[in-house]
Amino acid sequence: MDLGKTTADTAKATMDTAKAAMPPPPTHTSPDDTYHSSDHEQARKRFRRARKRRHTWISSLCTLLGLVALGTAAVASPGWERVDSLFLDGAEFRAALPDLLRGFWLNIQMFLIAEVLILVLGLLIALIRVTRAPGLQPLRLAATVYVDVFRGVPTLLLVFLVGFGLPALRLQGTPSQPWVLGVIALVLSYAAYVGEVLRAGLNSVHPAQRNAARALGLGERQTLRYVVLPQAVRNVLPPLLNDFIALQKDTALVAVLGPLEALRAAQIKADYDFNYTPYLGAALLFIAVTIPLTRFADRLQRRAAQRTWAETGR
Amino acid sequence: MNQPLLRIRGVRKQYGSRLVLRSIDLDVAEHQVVCLIGGSGSGKSTLLRCVDLLEVVDDGTIHLGDSELTDPRLDPDTARRRIGIVFQAYNLFPHLSVLDNITLAPRRAHGVPRKRAEEEARELLSRFGLADKAKEHPDRLSGGQQQRAAIARALATRPELLLFDEITSALDPELVGEVLDVVEDLKQGGLTILMATHEMGFARHVADQVCFLENGVIVEQGSAQDVLTAPREQATQRFLARVLERS
Ligand SMILES: Nc1ncnc2c1ncn2[C@@H]1O[C@H](COP(=O)(O)OP(=O)(O)O)[C@@H](O)[C@H]1O
Ligand SMILES: [Mg+2]
Repeated sequence: MDLGKTTADTAKATMDTAKAAMPPPPTHTSPDDTYHSSDHEQARKRFRRARKRRHTWISSLCTLLGLVALGTAAVASPGWERVDSLFLDGAEFRAALPDLLRGFWLNIQMFLIAEVLILVLGLLIALIRVTRAPGLQPLRLAATVYVDVFRGVPTLLLVFLVGFGLPALRLQGTPSQPWVLGVIALVLSYAAYVGEVLRAGLNSVHPAQRNAARALGLGERQTLRYVVLPQAVRNVLPPLLNDFIALQKDTALVAVLGPLEALRAAQIKADYDFNYTPYLGAALLFIAVTIPLTRFADRLQRRAAQRTWAETGR
Repeated sequence: MNQPLLRIRGVRKQYGSRLVLRSIDLDVAEHQVVCLIGGSGSGKSTLLRCVDLLEVVDDGTIHLGDSELTDPRLDPDTARRRIGIVFQAYNLFPHLSVLDNITLAPRRAHGVPRKRAEEEARELLSRFGLADKAKEHPDRLSGGQQQRAAIARALATRPELLLFDEITSALDPELVGEVLDVVEDLKQGGLTILMATHEMGFARHVADQVCFLENGVIVEQGSAQDVLTAPREQATQRFLARVLERS
């Protein structure tokens, strides 16, 4: 972002100078070496630092107090001992962890494969739905029906339908591994959502942008690829990432078809030992991935917002 | 002796390592209009944004009346309520009617009852020739009308100081006049205004003081007459020659 701005400034400066056809005015834009901040500024900085420290203290203290209160309430509850032994069994956790991790690796693989397919299919649907070419009317209709249907069916139900229905058709070449069927179901469901998000993004790009690109001689497809689509994606990045995070969790739905992913592995272990700790372990694994993803999404969103403001804020 | 309403002393602002304002000293006395002139990127907007506390200064002080705006203990919202600002691009809220745009701050931030806020807003609108636009949404207004509505919105909270940042730069030439007329009208009404502008004719005619900025430094300041017709500094002469050549 900084880089872009600097280049733009240089370009602007060059233009100004060219217009003036005079030696450029002396530039003072680099920080001066002789500058020392005033006492007043130093006092102000000290005050801000102190206030920040105070705020950090208060927030840490509040967090700590809250956690302690929650903890005591849990431990003091009548059923605590039972919960402790059923859900928080350290030995059980250690015993289950290898299986859970192996299972979770399958979740990650399903997530990654599904993600790529969803983006491709979702983009295709979005593009079909926003084009106005009359010849594409049947495709547009199909895309609309697709979105309506697959957004309407609960994802779990879709997993069942694809997982048991598709093999039952006994078509040539249909996959039979449960995890592949699960991925297909997830792709069908999420592509409908992502397609709608992307469509909203495409519609959010101002028509003037398209005109500007066409005026520069870019073709329909180049305009889409280099001007409209990048802005569209930028505009809908937060909801898009939101869907990805949801998808990461929903890979656990495939458990109902039987592949040994994290939830299924936890279930087997839990049933065997009559202990629920493996479920908690699986939950922790999912959290360990979704929390960084969420933070990452936040950061991207902040950056995108700053950029948008920079264009209008001055 | 009365001290000036706005007192800027030694204000410095940098973005990263880029020094944008070096050490700005500037006074705006009550009922005065002070124009900031200078090339694009000279720091006019940054200075105005510092005064409105949209940016945190890196050194120096800004006083408005008796209070120091740059005091970190000061609540910026309270301070901003005493200042009205209008930007180059129309910053009207597109989802609200012109009337609601104007009454929003008085009603929500100043607790003025709806009826009174609307009465006052309509008064402002008719003063600015927009009486019939009260119920329209901003997209139905011309650029000049939008900008006048934005000024009305800034005035609705009865600010002690008005900041205008190139409010006519985005307008068609024939619309510039109607907006500048409004500003002149405000000056007659005794308001205090600090504005960045490229309209040299207007500055000469209306400003009590003109400040020429270059690379974040005030190179020259004085009466409009002195700075614009008989500039002492070479940099000012160069700038004015360039501007005049363009028009
Ligand atoms: N948010 C920002 N981050 C980095 N640089 C900025 C930012 N805002 C302004 N600048 C830089 O500060 C300088 C002064 O900008 P500005 O005050 O907008 O000038 P003017 O209003 O006189 O045209 C310019 O070089 C500009 O690129
Ligand atoms: Mg500016």
